[in-house]
Amino acid sequence: MGFEQIIFYIFSFWFVVSSLAMIFSRNAAKAVLFLVLAFFSAASIWILLEAEFLAIILILVYVGAVMVLFLFVIKMLNIDKSTIKARFTGYLPLRLIVAIIIIAEMSLVLGSNQFGLDVFSVPARHSEGYSNITVLAMQFYTIYVYPFELAAVLLLIAIIAAITLVHRNDNTSRKKQSISEQVNVQAKDRVRLVSIILPDKKEK
Amino acid sequence: MVSLSEYLILSSTIFCIGLVGIFVNRTNIITLLMCVELILVAVNTNFIAFSHFLGDEAGQIFVFFILTVAASEVAIGLAILTLLFRGRGSISVDVINSLKG
Repeated sequence: MGFEQIIFYIFSFWFVVSSLAMIFSRNAAKAVLFLVLAFFSAASIWILLEAEFLAIILILVYVGAVMVLFLFVIKMLNIDKSTIKARFTGYLPLRLIVAIIIIAEMSLVLGSNQFGLDVFSVPARHSEGYSNITVLAMQFYTIYVYPFELAAVLLLIAIIAAITLVHRNDNTSRKKQSISEQVNVQAKDRVRLVSIILPDKKEK
Repeated sequence: MVSLSEYLILSSTIFCIGLVGIFVNRTNIITLLMCVELILVAVNTNFIAFSHFLGDEAGQIFVFFILTVAASEVAIGLAILTLLFRGRGSISVDVINSLKG
C-alpha cells in the first residue's frame, strides 16, 4: 500500500466518522464542530486530487465564515433546551438499513469494474511550476466570465435578502423613510429664517 | 495509487450519510441545513475526482459555483430560521407543521 493510499484512507476514515458523529449528535454546537472536522478531511482529499484552490476556499469560506455563522445562530437562538427534549423518530433502524442498501448498490455500480485503475488510469502529477489558481483564473475570466459575474450578483442578492428577512417587522430600531411625510413637506418646515443683527452695526 | 472508484465510493457514502441525517433528525432545522452542506461536499468531491482523472478543469469551476450558491443558501436559510424562532419560540422540525394539505 503506497503512501498516497494510506493518506487517502486516513482522511476518508475521519471524513466518514465525523459525518456520522455530526448527524447523531444531540447538541447542535457539537454537530457544527464535527462538520468542521469533516470539511477539513474533505479539503485534504481535495488537495490529494490536486484541487488546491478549492480546498483552500473550502476551509477559508466554509469553516471560516459559514460554520461560524452556524455557531453564531445556534448561540443566539439558545436552542439547547429544545434540542434535549426532542428525540429521534422510531423508524431509525429501517432508515439505516435503507441507507446501507443504497451505499452497497452504489458501491456495486461505482466499483473497480467500471471505474477501476485499468479503466481510468491515474493521471501523471503536474510539474513543479504548475499553478492550479492560474489555470482556474484563465477559465474564469475568459470562458466563464458571465457566470462569474452572476455569482457575484447572487451573493449580493443573498446579503440583501437575509438582512430584509430579519428586519422585516422591526419598526423600532430601524431608521427608514416615511414617504408620506416626505411628500407632504412644506417650505416652512425645511427653511427657517433667522434675523441676524450684526454686532458692528449695533455699536454704531 | 488511489483509483477513481475509491473516491466515488467515498463520496457516495458521505452522500448517503447526509441523506440519512435529513430523514432521521427531528431535533432542529439547523442540523438539516448542515446535512445539506454535507451532501453538497460529497457532490463536490465527485466533481473534483472526475475533473482530476479526466484532466478537465471545468469540474473544478462547477464546484466553485456550487460553493457560491451553497453559501448564499446558508445565509438565507439561517435568516429564515431566525424568523421562525422569533415567531414560534422553537426550531424543532415537529413544530413546523402549519403547511398541511
